[in-house]
Amino acid sequence: MAQEVTQILLNAQSADGVVRKVAEDSLKQFQEQNLAGFLIALSHELANNEKPPDSRKLAGLILKNSLDAKETARKQELVSRWLSLDPAVKAQIKRALSQTLDSVVPDARHTSAQVIAKIAAIELPQGEWPELVGSLLANMGGPQVEKPAHLKQATLETLGYVCEEVSAEILAQEQVNSILTAVVQGMNASETSNDVRLAATNALYNALDFAQTNFENDMERDYIMRVVCEATLSPDSRVRQAAFECLVSIGSTYYEKLAPYMQDVFAITSKAVKEDEEPVALQAVEFWSSICDEEIEIQEEYSGDFTGDSEVPYFQFIKQALPALVPMLLETLTKQDEEQDQEEGAWNLAMAGGTCLGLVARAVGDDVVPLVMPYVQENVSKPDWRCREAATYAFGSILEGPSLPKLAPLVNVALNFMLSAMKDENNHVKDTTAWTLGRIFEFLHGPNVQFPVITQENLPMILTVLLESIKDSPNVAEKVCGAIYFLAQGYEEGTGAPSPLSPFFQSIVQALLVTTDREDAGDSRLRTAAYETLNEVVRISTEDTATIVMQLVPVIMQKLNHTLEMSVLSADDREKQSELQALLCGVLQVIIQKLGASDTTKFGIVQYGDQMMSLFLRVFSCRSATVHEEAMLAIGALAYSTGAEFGKYMTDFYRYLEMGLQNFEEYQVCAVTVGVVGDICRSLDDKVLPFCDGIMTQLLKDLSSNQLHRSVKPPIFSCFGDIALAIGENFEKYLIYAMPMLQGAAELSAQQVIRDDELIDYNNQLRSGIFEAYSGIFQGFKGNKAELMVPYAGHILQFIENVYQDKDRDDSVTKAAIGVMGDLADTLGPSAAPLFLQTVFYKDFLDECTSSDDQQLKETAEWALSTINRITNVG
Amino acid sequence: MAGQAGVPPRVHKRSISDQQRRREIALERQKQSRRDLQQHARQLASGFSPPSSPSQWDDAAHDDDCSHSSPGSKRKGILEGTKLKGGKAREFYSQQLMLPEWMVDIPINLKKDWCIMARPAGQRCLVIAANGSTISRQRNGRILHCFPSALPNGARTRDVAAASHVYCILDCIFHAPDKTYYVVDMMCWRGYSLYDCSAEFRFFWMTTKLAETGALNPPTAHHRYRFSVVPVFECNAASLEAVYTGSVAFVRDGLLFVNRHAHYQMGLTPLVLLWKDAECSLYLFDTDSQGNVPAHQQVVLELCSDGTVVTSDQPPTVLGSLPSDFLQQNAQYLKPGDLLRFAIGDQGISIVDGKPVVADIHFQGLASKNRAGGADSCTKILFQYAARHSPLTITDLLVAIEASDDDGDTSMAC
Repeated sequence: MAQEVTQILLNAQSADGVVRKVAEDSLKQFQEQNLAGFLIALSHELANNEKPPDSRKLAGLILKNSLDAKETARKQELVSRWLSLDPAVKAQIKRALSQTLDSVVPDARHTSAQVIAKIAAIELPQGEWPELVGSLLANMGGPQVEKPAHLKQATLETLGYVCEEVSAEILAQEQVNSILTAVVQGMNASETSNDVRLAATNALYNALDFAQTNFENDMERDYIMRVVCEATLSPDSRVRQAAFECLVSIGSTYYEKLAPYMQDVFAITSKAVKEDEEPVALQAVEFWSSICDEEIEIQEEYSGDFTGDSEVPYFQFIKQALPALVPMLLETLTKQDEEQDQEEGAWNLAMAGGTCLGLVARAVGDDVVPLVMPYVQENVSKPDWRCREAATYAFGSILEGPSLPKLAPLVNVALNFMLSAMKDENNHVKDTTAWTLGRIFEFLHGPNVQFPVITQENLPMILTVLLESIKDSPNVAEKVCGAIYFLAQGYEEGTGAPSPLSPFFQSIVQALLVTTDREDAGDSRLRTAAYETLNEVVRISTEDTATIVMQLVPVIMQKLNHTLEMSVLSADDREKQSELQALLCGVLQVIIQKLGASDTTKFGIVQYGDQMMSLFLRVFSCRSATVHEEAMLAIGALAYSTGAEFGKYMTDFYRYLEMGLQNFEEYQVCAVTVGVVGDICRSLDDKVLPFCDGIMTQLLKDLSSNQLHRSVKPPIFSCFGDIALAIGENFEKYLIYAMPMLQGAAELSAQQVIRDDELIDYNNQLRSGIFEAYSGIFQGFKGNKAELMVPYAGHILQFIENVYQDKDRDDSVTKAAIGVMGDLADTLGPSAAPLFLQTVFYKDFLDECTSSDDQQLKETAEWALSTINRITNVG
Repeated sequence: MAGQAGVPPRVHKRSISDQQRRREIALERQKQSRRDLQQHARQLASGFSPPSSPSQWDDAAHDDDCSHSSPGSKRKGILEGTKLKGGKAREFYSQQLMLPEWMVDIPINLKKDWCIMARPAGQRCLVIAANGSTISRQRNGRILHCFPSALPNGARTRDVAAASHVYCILDCIFHAPDKTYYVVDMMCWRGYSLYDCSAEFRFFWMTTKLAETGALNPPTAHHRYRFSVVPVFECNAASLEAVYTGSVAFVRDGLLFVNRHAHYQMGLTPLVLLWKDAECSLYLFDTDSQGNVPAHQQVVLELCSDGTVVTSDQPPTVLGSLPSDFLQQNAQYLKPGDLLRFAIGDQGISIVDGKPVVADIHFQGLASKNRAGGADSCTKILFQYAARHSPLTITDLLVAIEASDDDGDTSMAC
């Protein structure tokens, strides 16, 4: 049998598909027939030093996968399955695994460490396997007992994995203490094996979250910090890198404990940044970036409100380190790679340093400026491109953070220089210059900016340069698109008067279209950037440029049509086609929305309605199982613009709508489709009725699904309201399904007590959704079917009272809640009067709203009040 | 594990990303459309108009003293009374209770629209728990007890003390034999006004809310008197039987009929009716100071400046007048506003439209100025009159209830 297992495991890795298939089937069969025997056999295979490494490795992998899975339901199933195994079987497997840690084969030890951690993740929370930590620590030896290095290495690795898998509260403090002692001992400079030191350092990284208590204690913290700092000086660069990773993690986890060590840490990181190999230096820079992250977050959270006795631990480490930190970072900027702007995902010391400088600027604001500007001025014109690029990058990096009065004079001076630098002979310099221009427009231009750098006078020159440089190499052109994007965004919220951009509108659109057609646009993000910039340009178009936008419609439709004729031979082709369709549908969506929002331009859309719809349907048919999110969004916009006309597309469109509602995996698609159902309801009104059985069935299924991302559920409730409002009393047949869902969700939401920002947000969304559903249903039933809602009225008012009492309720929930109160009174009429007369809170709630500054809220509250007043004063 | 995976490279030269923006904008448009449509539906539905008199609502909502709901109401915030001293305070508090009329005929829809309860014998009180103490005031406004109680904010103990806006106002009868406040109505609870709620709801609130506190528990150092809720029933034959003869913890003094829709309104109201007979009350007839029932019905009337004597009704009913020469002779004893006792002579009372218009009254003397409730009301005089001549009996009530049995009563139980 054992022999057989080895062969099957080896066959399962065979290059021959037939052999592999047979082996996989027999493994599966073995597992189904005798799970306990199967797992024991695997553990013995893994433990047996006589066996080939490949079969051992696969045995361990299968073991691991029989204990854990990504998907929650599956994972739960595996956990229960393991727990229900005979204790003797489990003990036998664990024994084999522990034994493997002593194996001379590195892969076997490594796999075994992972499997042990998976079992620990299941058993420790159940209070089982209490001897695990003790037996692992025994592997580390003691004063009298020297254990082999490979065993210590595998044991430390196991401890690291266990800490990673198990949450901090599971382990007792003494266990944490022992683990930390073993780990820190393994990291110590006296440890002669670099492998042991590396394993120990990696283990510490995972154990840091457990060390809260130890970090509270000065002596223990000092010791841990000393060992970590010493490890950054290890002769082995892997250990140094791992030690800096620990420092990065300590920087964010124990920010408030760092003060005594910052001097030393600065010295260490500074040395590493200057002298060490790049992977180590990158981690040293990352330490400072993560301190910036902390301090930026602290400042955002307390909005700069620090008093002397503030409880907030804000040590201004960055501000204090600034005079030394900035020069250190500036020094990295000239260490660019020749290929960095052409490679996607490139990351090097210059990039890390510049990124960190940007974070420093956000953390300290104005103070960074005088430290950086001399460097910029000194280097920006040097003959060495590295200097010019580094200077530009430094300048661009500090544009977010310092105050506008501080930056505006500098930028005003620099702008002309930057524009001329777009003709630099070096590609990297131009890339960074264009990026810097984009940053200038993003932060120093726009309706809310006090000292805008773009004026009527310099705008023509800026555009001339940008539209010329967009023809540059793809990486430069992409950054130019970004600059145009932010330039356009600054003209948002136009007052209807011709925009300053209007004279250039046509040439901008033209240049972007040409860019999308570039042969080399598909190799980088250039094409995407060009289309997305076109979107922004369309959004800020004004009445006088509407014609140009209208002329875009057939152009984009034609491009979309081309994608349907692309030859699709491979998965790669398919992906390319799909990406391009997404971009084009995105542009059409933005245009439809823009033109459809105004009665004077709506015809520009409606006249192309049939053609666009048929294109969208063809885009859908390019895929078999899923629908295209962007096409769906565009169709929603079309339904919104065409109104009742949209009815003629429903028969063909319906199946894709259903498909979208069934897409649990890509929940964004599902959410978008739910939104489109709302658009269609508003456009078709009661003409949507023939499709409602199917839609409601799908929506109810979605709500009942555990698979569907929870964020889609609130919009589904809102969608109930849309449907009810559209089909009125015909909603009656869905009521018995919809109401229990709504009531259940309401009750669940009323019981939420967890104080977690994300959950509070979600709860508010959920409540808004529920209220919108109730509003739609009440409004839909008003008149003939009002009595259907009588049995629910008490519950609904109760829910509103719950929400009223919740201090975390947001404005949109408030609005929706009082709307429902009014709708309830309005629909049920005098029969709801006793309910209101028995309700104490509603006057307070409405009073709170009628005295609100929010006009919409105020009006809704007044309406609700007068409606309630009307019914309670009858009889 | 530790290592490169732990630190993702940071975003470098962040490029634009429009997709999420497109989603958000689409979502915003949909939300806006939904809002517009709902708003539209609401306006179509109701012919939207702002509240006709906003000030009315401002009053109700800014009401931090719990009572008034409309301008011009004679009701003042109960707690205003706390600023008053002595006689002024007594006068103020003497006007704060809802007073039953006596049942001189049976209201229609007795079964459908009314609740019943047995009425404990004892002192009718307004009980106010506020600022860490509890004060009970009799009908004439005089303080009966000032004591700690387990009502919300009724004592300065950790459990019940609360902010100043938390206060309670109860309508009670203090029943001396068991030293218990029997709660017959609730006007404010934890600062929430119930004055404008239906009786049915007030009773529901009274029953559920008091039970949530320690007020119903036996007395302790911080809770000197026990409170007890008088059970309220729907008006049907079985419950009438129960409140009429069933066992209760207190000495019974008649039955109270309360219209379930009635708000709590100060002074006499026809929406609360008192009925009694010799079976369910020891005090059917007014007695003299020795506890004897006088041979002739006695009434107490208020003397007006023009010499007429009137009932306590609003407006008052004139039942006769004193001769001016008699008044002049006794000017030093008889002043306008004094309460005078009369006996009804053999000619009895003339009744027109359910009201006595003139009575054969004979002056007996002065009545106590501090008499609870002042002069008698018309219905009391009529009820007492009827009790001596042709009383409304328990059988009449039962018949009335059974007669309305066929109405298909679907109202809520109280």
